[in-house]
Amino acid sequence: MEKERKKVQKPKPETESNNLYDISCLFFQKGIMGSFLLISIFSLLLRVSVSLHSYSGAGTPPKFGDFEAQRHWMEITTNLPIKDWYFNTTNNDLSYWGLDYPPLTAYQSYFHGLILKYFDPNSVSLFTSRGYETHFGKLLMRWTVLSSDLLIFFPAVLYFIFVYHGGNRSGGDKSDVAWHIAVILINPCLILIDHGHFQYNCISLGLTLGAVAAVLSRKNLLACVLFCLSLNHKQMSAYYAPAFFSHLFGTCLRRKNPPLEVLKLGLAVLGTFAIVWWPYLHSRDAFFGVLSRLAPFERGIYEDYVANFWCSTSILIKWKRLFTTHSLRFVSLVATILTFLPSMIQQILAPSSKGFLYGLLNSSLAFYLFSFQVHEKSILLPLLPATLLAMELPGVHSMLLMLCALLSMFPLLCRDKLVVPYMALYASSILLYLAPSGRRHIMKHLSRPKITFLIAMIQFLCSLIFHVIYLTIRPPEKYPYLFEAMIMNFCFSHLLGFTVYTNAKQWMLSRQFTSGDKEKKLN
Amino acid sequence: MEDQRKPEKNKTSTTSNLLWFFGVSTCVKLLLIPSYHSTDFEVHRNWLAITHSLPLDQWYIDKTSPWTLDYPPFFAYFEYIISFFAHLLDPEIVDLEKGLDYKAESVVLFQRLSVMVFDLVLLYGVYRLSKNFSMGFKERVLMWVLVVWSPGLVIVDHMHFQYNGFLLGLLMMSISYLMEGRDLMGGFIFAVLLCFKHLFAVAAPVYFVYLLRHYCWKGFVKGFWRISVLGAVVVAVFAAAYGPFVYHGQMQQVISRMFPFGRGLCHAYWAPNFWVFYIILDKGLAFLLKKLGLNIPVPAASFTGGLVGDSSPFAILPQVTPLTTFIMVLLALSPCLIKVWKNPQPRSVARWIAYAYMCGFLFGWHVHEKASLHFVIPLAIVAGNSLEDARHYFLLSIVSCYSLFPLLYEAQEYPIKVLLLLLHSVLMWQSFSALFTKDATAKAVVSAKKTDRQVGLKGSSSDVVEKGGFHIGWIGRCYLCGLLVVEIWGQFLHPYLLGHKLPFVPLLLISIYCALEIMYSWIWQLRQIMVST
Repeated sequence: MEKERKKVQKPKPETESNNLYDISCLFFQKGIMGSFLLISIFSLLLRVSVSLHSYSGAGTPPKFGDFEAQRHWMEITTNLPIKDWYFNTTNNDLSYWGLDYPPLTAYQSYFHGLILKYFDPNSVSLFTSRGYETHFGKLLMRWTVLSSDLLIFFPAVLYFIFVYHGGNRSGGDKSDVAWHIAVILINPCLILIDHGHFQYNCISLGLTLGAVAAVLSRKNLLACVLFCLSLNHKQMSAYYAPAFFSHLFGTCLRRKNPPLEVLKLGLAVLGTFAIVWWPYLHSRDAFFGVLSRLAPFERGIYEDYVANFWCSTSILIKWKRLFTTHSLRFVSLVATILTFLPSMIQQILAPSSKGFLYGLLNSSLAFYLFSFQVHEKSILLPLLPATLLAMELPGVHSMLLMLCALLSMFPLLCRDKLVVPYMALYASSILLYLAPSGRRHIMKHLSRPKITFLIAMIQFLCSLIFHVIYLTIRPPEKYPYLFEAMIMNFCFSHLLGFTVYTNAKQWMLSRQFTSGDKEKKLN
Repeated sequence: MEDQRKPEKNKTSTTSNLLWFFGVSTCVKLLLIPSYHSTDFEVHRNWLAITHSLPLDQWYIDKTSPWTLDYPPFFAYFEYIISFFAHLLDPEIVDLEKGLDYKAESVVLFQRLSVMVFDLVLLYGVYRLSKNFSMGFKERVLMWVLVVWSPGLVIVDHMHFQYNGFLLGLLMMSISYLMEGRDLMGGFIFAVLLCFKHLFAVAAPVYFVYLLRHYCWKGFVKGFWRISVLGAVVVAVFAAAYGPFVYHGQMQQVISRMFPFGRGLCHAYWAPNFWVFYIILDKGLAFLLKKLGLNIPVPAASFTGGLVGDSSPFAILPQVTPLTTFIMVLLALSPCLIKVWKNPQPRSVARWIAYAYMCGFLFGWHVHEKASLHFVIPLAIVAGNSLEDARHYFLLSIVSCYSLFPLLYEAQEYPIKVLLLLLHSVLMWQSFSALFTKDATAKAVVSAKKTDRQVGLKGSSSDVVEKGGFHIGWIGRCYLCGLLVVEIWGQFLHPYLLGHKLPFVPLLLISIYCALEIMYSWIWQLRQIMVST
């Protein structure tokens, strides 16, 4: 205890002068662990309080929503043998929320189902529990998300923070580190979707974050394993795959024996997959049966309203009418690949830690904007690397991205009756950027601060107006989804601009890399 | 140039920082809207209905709902004013008959938001305190954190449902005026506060003595003039509040509603105060004597039931009447009053007022556990003064918040209250540690010696330098561990091991255990007040 305090006090004289009037001087003097403890308690508090609110599909039979889907999976996995989980049987009606996530989700459902069964057997009994909505049942379900968040996402954040800030422990400003932790942990979209709408994104994102931290700390094998686990929890993690692949491939090429390195990583990937898929590897039918559940190609190119290319341009071009699903699938694949290719190439040519983070952001944005069958919730995937890059990106941009992502989910959350927590978290994410360290960051790394600030203010006001319009005015009879379409177009244009910007940023890195080789390597 | 601009910049940044704290807490409060609320929620809704739909002379007579109006008139007027907004939102909220037990989203939203909006009064009170009171920047931030992010206020106001933030805001404003030396204004606001909630009257003796000595004791002519001005102000406030009811000839009725002495010594859940020991002693003695073969009549009324009838609930010890408790409160207050008379200095006002509320809490009649906020919040003003104060406040506020736990007994709120308390403790621990680092305490002691401004630190200054840094000592640590044990026993082990047997034991344990610390804190404060110059 005493030793720690002495250590912490050393850098104080340097920083004290500039943050004499910084309110964070009181809270973050105890180093990374202390700040993390404080912020994680606060963000847990936010999560628990959001979980008091409604969830998707509450009280709307016959299909309910994601909450019922997750509960149904627990019901299926705890009551049926493992080989039947993904297949239509008399006891497993796949048309009613059949499992369509990879096996790790199924195992997680099984595990959580066991807990539910212990405390409230009715909530997971076969057939009779459909549409089970009791106060206690909801509470238990909420707590399973909370505990997964606490056990997977939070440690991953801590690991990442240690790796990212561990190197410059002496020089780094403590309140900046704390702010970074807060930006990652208090991600309003993630909190609203996991603890409001009801999903387990914290698990797959937490595993990915763990993998990212492992990459940054040069533990490539661990990174591979963690990322494969993430992929096996939600196939959506594939949005990050180009970045992981290109960065790891790029670093392997720079080692002494590239083929051996690649082989090691490949074996790790295959091994992890084999273990996770083991119950379905005994026959071809079983394997492909599960696989076909995971790829919902028969659904359309988009559902509901998403701020991506296909949905936004559908006002002008009726994609669904002009092309068959098959050809759309191909076109979207090509568009996606073309969008993430530059960032991949950059990483293969010049792999670096920062470049890797940018790569994650760029490839996930590419998938979000152009790939097939994207949900509103997929915006969480680009948001994670964006929060990781909070110290790099200008504060204005990352704040606007966050607000834009929130806006893009607004119609969904309105349907879930989560307007009040939405507003609270919207306000809190603005407050986060108005906190002293956030304020210091907000204009950092900008070439033309004034113009950017002006544009940002206009964008912000626009999004506020959209909220008001959406909540108060009824759309005209002829176009019932007019406002959704407007919101999505607004968000899409913002995201597209942001994608161009971050791609440019990533390529700028590689220019810096060639000039200041040594400097970068230290990072 | 930089130096010249600093004070200006400092002031604006101070205000914006305070607003930032308030904004963050409002976000959390918004999220807590759907959480559990007690019958107090329906009580306040009923008051909205009473004041909106009945003429003034019926307010204190109406019996449509069991939750009759039992706050002083200003609070009734307050409800009357906000009831118009409620009517705008949803007329059913203010309907006397149809609104009974109304639980629609509109009423929840309206009432919760009204609490949040009127917390602005607390914000203003804190702002006034930090604006005028010459504190260091860190101490000021500390006070904001302790008051604006007070977990007790969140639990009582925004979950359990009450308007304590608003009322405590008035108290803080009054204290800030007193500390500035504007005694008349301070007295005026306190009088207004009394007409909002009469429970705050416990500090009236302190106010009386202080104002008399500090404001009026200025020679015969001037003093007489001042005393009459002060008296006129107070009488005017009370006339504004009670005048209409005097006019209708209902004073008797109003007073009988406001002081329901039939309620018994203790609340259903015993507030952790002196009477807990008294009852335990009584039970213990009765048990012992019975073992010895004496025939002890078992009292008819049980304490765990909450309400206590006319018969004495004590088997051995003498009956406690409201008058006894009143005298005991006054006795406990008297050393402080003497001190106030001897040396009425503005900077100790907050300490004295907190002490008065503490006496009321410890020895009062039918005390609610919520009343602990009345001393924890004002004490936050002086918490950053010295290491000793900080150490005392650390334990006291944890215990007072913990003693509020039984208010929220449902599983859904369990993580929230635990996290609130944890957050508060960690925040306090880190900020006290930052405030009282080794250098800082050494510096403070040096400056204290120079300017002689530190309160009550003189005696202990030397050992502060030796130890350095913020710590609570091994007794404090053991006590907190014990708190953890009590909680784990009550929440997990008791239901697991004993099932439904002895259901009152967990609450009893909480009461007794918290009462220990509250008693200690009372003695500590008494000593502090006596020692300070």
